[in-house]
Amino acid sequence: MSDQVLEIRGLSVDYGIGADAVHAVRDVDLTLHRGEVLGLAGESGSGKSTLAYGLTRLLPPPGVVSGGQVIYHPVDGPPVDVLTLSPARLREFRWAQTSIVFQGAMNSLNPVHKVSTQLLDVIKAHEPRSTAAGRRARARDLLRLVGIAADRLDSYPHQLSGGMRQRVMIAMALALEPQLVIMDEPTTALDVVMQRQILGQLAELRERLGFAVLFITHDLSLLVEFSDRIAIMYGGRIVEEAPAARLYAAPLHPYTEGLLHSFPALRGPRRELAGIPGSPPDLRAMPAGCAFHPRCPKAFAPCDERVPVLGPPEGGDPTRAVACWLHPPVAPLSR
Amino acid sequence: MRFLLQRVAFYLFTAWAAITLNFFIPRLVPGDPVQSLISRNQGRISADAIASLRVLFGLDSDRNLWEQYVAYWGQLLHGDLGLSFTFFPAPVSQVIGDSLPWTVGLVGVTTVVSFLLGTALGVGAGWRRGSWIDGLLPATTFLSSIPYFWLGLVAIALFAGPGSFFPSSGGYEPGLVPAFDAYFLPSALQHSILPAATILVSSMSGWILSMRNMMVTVASEDYITVAHAKGLSERRVALSYAARNALLPNVSGFALSLGFIVGGTLLVEIVFSYPGLGFQLFQAVGAKDYPLMQGIFLIITISVLVANLLADVAYLLLDPRTRKS
Repeated sequence: MSDQVLEIRGLSVDYGIGADAVHAVRDVDLTLHRGEVLGLAGESGSGKSTLAYGLTRLLPPPGVVSGGQVIYHPVDGPPVDVLTLSPARLREFRWAQTSIVFQGAMNSLNPVHKVSTQLLDVIKAHEPRSTAAGRRARARDLLRLVGIAADRLDSYPHQLSGGMRQRVMIAMALALEPQLVIMDEPTTALDVVMQRQILGQLAELRERLGFAVLFITHDLSLLVEFSDRIAIMYGGRIVEEAPAARLYAAPLHPYTEGLLHSFPALRGPRRELAGIPGSPPDLRAMPAGCAFHPRCPKAFAPCDERVPVLGPPEGGDPTRAVACWLHPPVAPLSR
Repeated sequence: MRFLLQRVAFYLFTAWAAITLNFFIPRLVPGDPVQSLISRNQGRISADAIASLRVLFGLDSDRNLWEQYVAYWGQLLHGDLGLSFTFFPAPVSQVIGDSLPWTVGLVGVTTVVSFLLGTALGVGAGWRRGSWIDGLLPATTFLSSIPYFWLGLVAIALFAGPGSFFPSSGGYEPGLVPAFDAYFLPSALQHSILPAATILVSSMSGWILSMRNMMVTVASEDYITVAHAKGLSERRVALSYAARNALLPNVSGFALSLGFIVGGTLLVEIVFSYPGLGFQLFQAVGAKDYPLMQGIFLIITISVLVANLLADVAYLLLDPRTRKS
């Protein structure tokens, strides 16, 4: 059993085909280890959700994966490239190995079917030999797992509150005990109290069940606390990746630094809230060189000419990587 | 349940209002049926006959409007709609009873078939956008914009005529007696093909288009993405998630269209001289046959109301959000 769950290698996602295509995700490398929480943060339009849709092959048209590999390592059996699975194999892979909790908690449940119908059909689809009574008992357990009374099974989605709906979605995501749960802004639509409650529960469930989480959010403060490692995305590329504590303490990329200065720290000395001047790049007309250089306070000579490559920074901390000319990689790669 | 009772109460009230209007309107029209009967028979009716006709039509002058209204309700509840002039002395209920099966048979069957076919094609077209079914859409939209009766006239001009398999008018071969036997049924079927095809062609595309558009709308909903992500079969996602939700507006449209089965295709029946209720209404208007008109209007009103109630019930069954707990 390998240590990795998912390896994303050189993944690129375009919207549209040909010369007019918008490159929403460019050449992303990312590795998820078993049982870890990897946070993926960035502004709106940085490509975080597109990355999640791309690696699960759920991209709505006109989105297309234009290159790369997504290697999944099952607990038993050889690794598979998710991007080349046949439709039948892909259906088996989905939810059983990798489940997703989506952005819109409110709209993720079909309004005309009971919660039970939607919980049970996924179990039935993947385990056709299970009995109806067995499936129902499992669904009750799942609801209890996320702190919802089992008699809510026969409720319709509109009879549940927003927080309950998202918890039902989390229960559903855990139904088949997947190795990886992708969470795409799972708590964005909820109030902070509910957000905290659900995240606490999630952390507890992860301890118990040991699944890995790819947690996508624009709220870096949430990730600092909740995740093991954090990857920062900007203009479709990963610009920095590091263990959460180290990233928070010593950000290397000016963009990460900007993000960290966009929310107040709870402890330590007061500091000025700075934010990041300017606005995210237009994906149709990306600036040459580093995509961040027009907004970067530290931009210098090579920034507007050459794209910096993601790699371990000078001075060799092998656990982190950054794509910035301020910290050129130890072994410069040419692409 | 309470919602349903409220709806029923509302429709009962509407029915009462419609029936009351139905009672008053002919009485506000100048002249009366006896007058028109007298003029039709060019004075060859004796005074006694006139007096008894007045009693028969409920026009004896010693009863005031209220008493007439009460009596009208009494008759209605006994299923007595008065006597028809054109088919005198046949009662209106019998005339309607004779023509109703023709209309329900022709328009009812085509409405149901057109809904089922149109919806199924719409599901296919919406789910696989850009497939061959989409290529049909401009053609069906064109056909749906053609009025029924004009299409009927074209159909008669093209397909009916001397020596053609398709008869141009009537519901069955003249000389046959309506009965469920080997002579009458094939003839009735043969007579219904052209009018049925006319209605089908021009009404189906509406269902295709609305279902396709709803499917396209629903297909971009989050819960469809979730259903895909869950690894459910394509078929289950298409039917149980997408079509099931996209169906809602179409079903209420269908229930409403059931209400128009009775009176909605007047012109098709006229074009094909089909012995249905619409054709009967046309004749009644031509002959100033007020009791028959009143009777047919009553039937149309009631069927529209019943269809509305059906639409409510269907929505209640299909969409849990409309149910109040």
